[in-house]
Amino acid sequence: MGHASSGKNYLNEHSGLWSWLTTLDHKRIGIMYFVTVMFFFLVGGIMALLLRAELFAVNTTANVGQVLANGDVYNQVLTYHGAIMVFMVIVPGIPAILGNFFLPLQIGAKDVAFPRLNLASWYCLMAGAILAFATFFTSKIDTGWTFYTPYSIRTGSSVVMMVVAVFIMGMSSILTGLNFIVTVHKLRCPGMSMYRIPLFVWALYSTAIIQVLATPILAITLLLLAMERVFGIGIFDPKLGGDPVLFQHFFWFYSHPAVYIMILPAMGVISELLTTYSKKTIFGYTAIAYSSLGIAAVSFFVWGHHMFVSGQSEVAGILFSFITMLVGVPTAIKMFNWLATLYKGSIEFTAPMLYALGFLFLFAIGGVTGIMLAVVPVDVHFHDTYFVVAHFHYVMVGGTLMAIMGGFYHWFPKMFGKMYNQTSAIWSWVFIFIGFNVTFFPQFILGAKGMPRRYFNYVVEFEQLNRISTVGSWLIAIGFIIALITMVRGVLSGAQAPMNPWGSKTLEWTTSSPPPHDNFIHEPVVTAGPYEYK
Amino acid sequence: MTLWMLMNQAMAGTSFMPEQGTDIAKQVDNLYGFLLVVSFISCAILIGGMIYFAVKYKRKSQNDKTAYITHDTRLEILWSVIPLVIFLFVFAWGWIIYHDMRTMPKDALEIHVTGKQWAWAAEYKNGVRSVDVVVPVNKDVKIILTSEDVIHSFFVPSFRIKQDAVPGRYTALWFRAEKLGEFHVFCAEFCGTSHSAMMTRLRVVSQEDFDKWLTEESEVGSLPLAQRGAKIFQTRACASCHNVDNPAVKIGPSLYQKWGHEEEMDDGKKVNVDENYVRESILEPQAKIVKGYPRPSPMPAFQGQLSESELTALIEYIKGLK
Repeated sequence: MGHASSGKNYLNEHSGLWSWLTTLDHKRIGIMYFVTVMFFFLVGGIMALLLRAELFAVNTTANVGQVLANGDVYNQVLTYHGAIMVFMVIVPGIPAILGNFFLPLQIGAKDVAFPRLNLASWYCLMAGAILAFATFFTSKIDTGWTFYTPYSIRTGSSVVMMVVAVFIMGMSSILTGLNFIVTVHKLRCPGMSMYRIPLFVWALYSTAIIQVLATPILAITLLLLAMERVFGIGIFDPKLGGDPVLFQHFFWFYSHPAVYIMILPAMGVISELLTTYSKKTIFGYTAIAYSSLGIAAVSFFVWGHHMFVSGQSEVAGILFSFITMLVGVPTAIKMFNWLATLYKGSIEFTAPMLYALGFLFLFAIGGVTGIMLAVVPVDVHFHDTYFVVAHFHYVMVGGTLMAIMGGFYHWFPKMFGKMYNQTSAIWSWVFIFIGFNVTFFPQFILGAKGMPRRYFNYVVEFEQLNRISTVGSWLIAIGFIIALITMVRGVLSGAQAPMNPWGSKTLEWTTSSPPPHDNFIHEPVVTAGPYEYK
Repeated sequence: MTLWMLMNQAMAGTSFMPEQGTDIAKQVDNLYGFLLVVSFISCAILIGGMIYFAVKYKRKSQNDKTAYITHDTRLEILWSVIPLVIFLFVFAWGWIIYHDMRTMPKDALEIHVTGKQWAWAAEYKNGVRSVDVVVPVNKDVKIILTSEDVIHSFFVPSFRIKQDAVPGRYTALWFRAEKLGEFHVFCAEFCGTSHSAMMTRLRVVSQEDFDKWLTEESEVGSLPLAQRGAKIFQTRACASCHNVDNPAVKIGPSLYQKWGHEEEMDDGKKVNVDENYVRESILEPQAKIVKGYPRPSPMPAFQGQLSESELTALIEYIKGLK
């Protein structure tokens, strides 16, 4: 013991690439996820910029208005953008990076319950990612990230390789989820009752339940798709008597809960940020914790709202619309509790707090447009238009990505033991926040006007709004470049971080920055809740 | 500011939506307008409240004292029940409209529409096949959809209707067009290379014009090729830009006595006017442009708009312009 006094911490305890690749330390695995997921984010982001560049102008000829070679290239780019961002960035993003690093710290544990499984989950993600990128060199896939049949059965691209890649990445997600559930149940330190765990842990716990229950469905679905392509088993292919819509049911049975895999951890991060930077206890701890579980439970029964015009029965449409309305309630509860948390607080406008406030702003818009989409006849018009694209970007990017960025800036001093330049971090927020709205708000209007999604070219009346949207994407890119520079400079030459730079009350801030290998020098004993700002 | 504009527009009832071609479109827009107003108010409370608190309770010093408020059950119930009531209200309203939208009227004019990569084909009871969907105004029309290959989706923004065309089964939708005119039909379900080019026109015409069109179209099939081509040349409005009986330039080049001759393109290359050149110029007008004409050409692309037999007829017609 006595790491802190001897200057040893998890970063310098061992050195060399091999020590990282074979580490069982949850913190180091969190950092490995951080580096790799950010790399995937860069690739997916470049794809997004290409898509927006293509849509800057109507293609009147092969020379005017066209950036990508042809419609096929555009379809490939949109597929990789979607698949990378969903399966390799947003799904693993918060749980695997911040969750890995901070879940054990926040409950006063030395590590997760199964450190080897934890490392294995990183290798699964890597194996899946390598296979996914390998399709670049075999035959680039063009199905969209949803792999809808029968298109995915007919297309000549490497669908089998890609779905096997996603299958393996799903394994990574299951292992992480399993690990978190057991860790939360078995490794809490003395005094850390379930009602004293931070809300970030509650959110990760709810997410983990979905990961473990829903991901196997995706795995089976993708396996069936692969078998359909290879052996022609005739389950989805109408030519063989199969039902292509059945695939959509299977796919969304996973992928709707997966939406909550993506957003619940973000909601957890927001609870941590709002309490810390308003120096105030959370308003409605129990309501927020149970609304996470509520969302997790109901999320399994709303998949049909992706399929209102697919040919599913009208009765199913009405039922799914009704249940979807119910998901709105716990979400509203969270929003109002966060708002109430700000009341009579002492609000400090740090970069992480701005990201949290930005989250509330964007998620409010993402939320209300979600309700619009849940109303069946309105969705009939909006379905598969840019309105949907705008909506899920407001939720996934405006929500999850804002939370990821806020979380990074919040926990950066703990992860790296260094401070970053606050002013430049705030500038990154300004560009990302404004750029985001400039990019995606016009897309609501485009969708309302009837522009379908996944369009390589469009009719001329949509041009103006597409231009604005594309300019916005450049602002977002500038914001992320500033963020990258801020973090790299922080790691390389930031000032030494104190143990608790923000005056936060959760356990991870009671150990040194960066923490020692075993997290705490003495096992902590907890006597109060996580947000005791008195 | 943007939100304020949005609300104003919502009040106007049409807020960013395309024109209303049917009664259902008006009903959908009313509900959508209500949703916009409620959404605006919710966002004003959430975002406005957030900004108000953030400014009012901005940190003044590191030793600020904050209130210790853990929860308030009455508030929790309030902000659970009020949203729930609103959600159930819009759900019920949506149900009512959806019921109308999905109850197929009896005695509707039935048109079969088939999607294939990457064009729509409409078939009428009397055997007429058409790329455009032509319907009479103020009459119930039922579109019965299917697909030859992958899933497509028949989307008419101005009618607020959309339905997937699924291979191996039939789906349907109905509408009663109240306005004469031409409306976009898009494919809304991703279907590959030319997904975004898979569009056609929905033409709403008077009952009289509709009957006339249907009769004429049914006779077209038995006409000689060149005569069919002449008809298509008229209905597709080719004649508004291309002369056929003299060499004078209208907007585009004259087609009179062009067949079999060489034409110089704007890149200096010479092209022989033959079947393949004419075909390409109809389907992709931007591919080659005759010297002296603007690039991009104002001519619309007919890729996916014409069937093979229509193309053949057009080419035979142009061949005969001597």
